[in-house]
Amino acid sequence: MSLAEPAALPVAAVVSPRSHIVARFSARLKASLPAYLLLLPSLIFLALFTYGAMGRVLIDALYQRATPKAPLRFVGLDNIAAVLADPAFTGAVVNNLIYAVGTAVPSIGLALLFALALARTNAVTSALRAALFLPVLIPMVAASALFLFIFLPNVGLLDYYIGRLLPVVPNWLGDPDIALYAIMIITIWKNAGYYMLFFLAGLQAVPGDVMEAAHLDGAGPYQRLRYIILPELKPTFLFVIVIATLNAVTQVDHVFVMTKGGPSNATNLVLFYIYQQAVEHYDIGMASAATLLTLAALMALTALSFRTMANREGGA
Amino acid sequence: MKLIDALTRDAPLATRNEITPKLGFALTVLLALAWLIPFLWMGVATLRPASDGINLMAELMPSLKPTLDNIRDAWEIGDFPRYFLNTTIICTGILLVQFFTITLAGFAFARLDFAGKSPIFYLFLMQLMLVPVLLIVPNLRIIAQFGLYDTLAGVMMPFFASAFGTFLMRQAFEAIPTELEDAALIDGASLIQRIRHIYVPLSIPSFSAFAIISVTSHWNDFLWPLMVINSPDKRPLTVGLSVFTATAEGTQAWGTIAAGTLMVIAPLLITFLVFQKRFISSFITSGIK
Repeated sequence: MSLAEPAALPVAAVVSPRSHIVARFSARLKASLPAYLLLLPSLIFLALFTYGAMGRVLIDALYQRATPKAPLRFVGLDNIAAVLADPAFTGAVVNNLIYAVGTAVPSIGLALLFALALARTNAVTSALRAALFLPVLIPMVAASALFLFIFLPNVGLLDYYIGRLLPVVPNWLGDPDIALYAIMIITIWKNAGYYMLFFLAGLQAVPGDVMEAAHLDGAGPYQRLRYIILPELKPTFLFVIVIATLNAVTQVDHVFVMTKGGPSNATNLVLFYIYQQAVEHYDIGMASAATLLTLAALMALTALSFRTMANREGGA
Repeated sequence: MKLIDALTRDAPLATRNEITPKLGFALTVLLALAWLIPFLWMGVATLRPASDGINLMAELMPSLKPTLDNIRDAWEIGDFPRYFLNTTIICTGILLVQFFTITLAGFAFARLDFAGKSPIFYLFLMQLMLVPVLLIVPNLRIIAQFGLYDTLAGVMMPFFASAFGTFLMRQAFEAIPTELEDAALIDGASLIQRIRHIYVPLSIPSFSAFAIISVTSHWNDFLWPLMVINSPDKRPLTVGLSVFTATAEGTQAWGTIAAGTLMVIAPLLITFLVFQKRFISSFITSGIK
């Protein structure tokens, strides 16, 4: 009793602020209700197809069937190990790295050239910009249909006009050593005009008075590019590199239409491998494990680039 | 040289005698022309009669006896009207639901204060990084669970929420002066009425920018509909074109393939040429979508 007596008082004293906190919290929730209702439609679909899908892929990656008809059983990290040990997957990763660098560097370089050349707006530059932008609009499948003929051996556009000049006419899509590069040409053609837009926007931020001062000081075109324009375009570069990398992973429609990953897996890319595992081999476990690995790599990359961007802005 | 002089008339005086920028410009002109060659070939090959034979197929000089046979053939073989209808249904369906979801969510982020605002904001932001096309395998399983496999609704559903659209609308709504809303508040307008009659009408440019990005990206979508759709009569244009191309390639009917491709891309190209400025400014805002 003597113990209970003093204990009762502090408890009583605590109850009041605690209920106060609860009341405040529930009042805040009540005040938030309209916002939650407005967000609900979006959140339902995000929960299903972004976060639900993430959960799904995490779970599916842990299960496997012994045969297509056998029941699912838990296999832990076996799927991940199997994917990493699959030469088709590692080959697709290597191809995708080559493809990413081989498409990002030329298309970004060309985009910068286009933007620098077409920075001033007049009727001619507008027409040229439109011409360079046209491929961005069309479906990758349509671009592939056109390039299928361009790369056609002997009678195709490339061989008809250029192939004759070469000693041996290459089989653009049929030769495992060349096919991946042929595929890259389509991507460069299709994306350079898109990246050009970002550089055009970035060039607007180059201060006019600094450029004028550079002219007065007699800075040549290289010096202006190197010391004024490129530093000013750094954020644009970072942004475009992120998009180009994402595109290198997500744009595989042309692989599907033109080569189906062949010849002998020379043009197999990671997303196409995932598609093959899921749709052609009905192997959801492997497909999910490959998806998981790709997502992890991409998220690490984006997180890294966002951090570099944030650091740069914070430091400046 | 005269042409280049005319073009550099508004260039700063100090740079007019520099040779490098002019070389860069000349190179860009050449490349822009090269960029157009696939389109040029498409047009020329579409109008080329089959009697010209395979060896002249690559010739970029138009045939002297143009014909519409290829277009007729493509139209008949490819079931393109059906594909057009399906793609239109998919794009319109996605866009209408997106307008609804992004308006509401954009408004909540722009104007309302609520518990957990920043965690929820990050929940949206993360969607930009988790590129939907990478989630095709789990999404297909979810769609199948809902019994939506092989339906157009199944193709549309994963895109109903759009983080990009939500951020775009948030930005647009934040720019609208609160005085307008206060006046409506005094008149007793409800939340939905204020969104409907003040915020939405004043944000039409943002809606149209979003519509351009949404429609072009879903018009061009291929892998996802390919996985969801099984019946030939539910194929969108891209899937239809790939099947059509595979068939016509077997018979070396390149004129027909060119005509089919032309039909698929013509609507987007025409719309682009009409609303060029709009398109370009929308695409600049798109970035990561």
